[in-house]
Amino acid sequence: MGYNIRMHTILLKVTALFYLVGALAYLHFIFTLNERSAKLGRMLLLIGAILHGAGFVARYFAAGYTPITSLFESLSFSAFAIVCVFLAFELRYHLRVLGAFVAPLAFAFSVSAAFLPGEVRALAPALNSYWLPVHVVLLFFGNAVFAVAFGAGIMYLLMERELKTKKMGAIFKRLPSLNVLDDINYRCLTIGFPLLTLGVITGSIWAEYAWGSYWSWDPKEVWSLITWLLYAALLHGRMTVGWRGRKAAILAIVGFCAILFTFLGVNLLLPGLHTYSNLSG
Amino acid sequence: MSEIVIVGLNHRTAPVEVRERLAFPADTVGHALRGLRERDGISEGVILSTCNRVEVCVLSETGYKGVEHVKDFLAGFHGVPVGELSGHLYHHFGEEAVRHLFRVSSSLDSMVLGEPQILGQVKDAYGYACEFKAIGPVLDKFFTKAFSVAKRVRTETRVANSAVSVSYAAVELAKKILGDLPDKVVMLIGAGEMCELAARHLLSAGAKGILVTNRTFERAVRLAGEFDGTAVRFEELAVHLKRADIILSSTGAPHFILKREDVEAVIRIRRNRPMFFIDMAVPRDIDPDANEIDNVYVYDIDDLNNVIETNLEERQREAALAEEIVVTEVAWFRRWLDSQQVTPTIVSLRRKFDEVRQAEVAKALSALGTADPKTRKVVESLASSILNKVLHSPISSLKREVDGRSPMEMVTAVREIFDLPEEEAEEAAEALVRPPEQGGNVGRQ
Repeated sequence: MGYNIRMHTILLKVTALFYLVGALAYLHFIFTLNERSAKLGRMLLLIGAILHGAGFVARYFAAGYTPITSLFESLSFSAFAIVCVFLAFELRYHLRVLGAFVAPLAFAFSVSAAFLPGEVRALAPALNSYWLPVHVVLLFFGNAVFAVAFGAGIMYLLMERELKTKKMGAIFKRLPSLNVLDDINYRCLTIGFPLLTLGVITGSIWAEYAWGSYWSWDPKEVWSLITWLLYAALLHGRMTVGWRGRKAAILAIVGFCAILFTFLGVNLLLPGLHTYSNLSG
Repeated sequence: MSEIVIVGLNHRTAPVEVRERLAFPADTVGHALRGLRERDGISEGVILSTCNRVEVCVLSETGYKGVEHVKDFLAGFHGVPVGELSGHLYHHFGEEAVRHLFRVSSSLDSMVLGEPQILGQVKDAYGYACEFKAIGPVLDKFFTKAFSVAKRVRTETRVANSAVSVSYAAVELAKKILGDLPDKVVMLIGAGEMCELAARHLLSAGAKGILVTNRTFERAVRLAGEFDGTAVRFEELAVHLKRADIILSSTGAPHFILKREDVEAVIRIRRNRPMFFIDMAVPRDIDPDANEIDNVYVYDIDDLNNVIETNLEERQREAALAEEIVVTEVAWFRRWLDSQQVTPTIVSLRRKFDEVRQAEVAKALSALGTADPKTRKVVESLASSILNKVLHSPISSLKREVDGRSPMEMVTAVREIFDLPEEEAEEAAEALVRPPEQGGNVGRQ
């Protein structure tokens, strides 16, 4: 009652606007190093996330299920998860420059959601389960943590190049130390990997209930497995052989590309069991 | 009219032989400040004395003459003939003095642009002046403003942001590569002045410990003692290298003492924990190709010098921004100073006319020879209403700020036209602005 899809879309557009201005504030910060811009960016992202969260709650009650089923909802929730994870990392590490790398991602996701059909539809019977929120929220927060690792990975490569070529330019002044960036890579891995693993396991259990099989080699499953293996390799390399720095940064970037493909590429290009959230639906 | 005057010399105008003769060691500053204030026409004073500059800042009641008073004071206090000093001393008056102090405390006038010590030294000078009660409301405001200008320059520009000496550049790079230093170990190979200095900086930046090695073990032991570190035999370098995160090297060896393969082996043992090699030796000690290994960074003396050069260029660029800040702050302070002169002028203007009024009323009443209260009242109100009407437009002109005209011109004109006495204005000013010992932040925003 009282839920209006037009209202929801407008709210999402307003949220996307907050993310956009937040991203711009962080970009302004990285160019000028004006502390106020960073504070403004954080404030804008925080307000955006609160609006976004409120929109989800409203939609949850209107739809009667966890609203992360269509492409519209998935993109929107991804943006929300990324902003939440970024704010948590900022709180812990005071890594304001990270905002310039992560906030644009949140904006891109939320704004593409805002232009997709977003009406509440009857839930496909297979999705009507308690496993839905568990499976999806675990995976999306895992992905968001890896998005932060991706941002840190890009920063690491930029910073490493400056230090190797010994041309200390603007980047050198603005980015945190290699050590901190590598630390974030590791921290993200230790948080993101369990989330990803649990996400895949819960999905598998759910698949047994819904489709009668734990694993059916549907494209989404295959790509999830590839992503999982990439991060597993990185985690293993870090723990045993002492992979770090450049190698870890590159793997975090590759891993996130795999996530993006699993999330979007598979939905849009490869038909399979998971096609709840392609463009048409 | 009281004006701010600064007389002094610095590293550009005077060689050290002159500077040392005019310096005020800390224990003489109190005595000097008392001597300064006893001079005629000087109502407030601050003395800044560092190894690069000696400057005396005063509030001169006799305007430009204050410059000569301060020069006499400097010569007299140190027993140096004025003639001998004149070639080295510079002076700044009024707005120029304001600009000068703002630039000095923002480190824009320093030998090394943006060096951080000068602000502390200016603060000390201000502290002495407060302690010995040599400072009054105007210089108090002036100096506290100078501190806030320096802070603005520091936070809004990057004039002091990057290292401009080899050893600081080493610390800066180490922090960018390794992050926080407290759990990092430094290794010093060979003995070189620059390496030792860099090691000292690294340790004071928090590095955990230091290993020292030298071809002559005794030297290593001695140096390790100095640094409170551990001496290591040169032959065992390869064994201990793995413990070090930052390696400073300056041996006289004719060949590389660490080849690329050596470094590769060590980094493998360290499981890729990053290493930062600073090679200050010529010919070089460490194979520059080692820089291509992941997580290994090798900087030689030229690399460090290049870093410093870029940083210096950046400081120069940032200094231009800082100068803009100084310009706006000088204008602000000028306005404040002028406003301080306007009010006392109004007070003395009123007082002067009031005296006339009272005298004339008394004269008129005695001529009338009547005590009739009504007549008395009429005469008194006649006098005061004439006075108020006559004074209305000069006072409102004084208060009004007109574009392109400094209120000071008006103040000076009014003072001259009405022949207002100077001392009265000073009293009035002091009544308006409480002295700093009672409330140091009067008038601060």
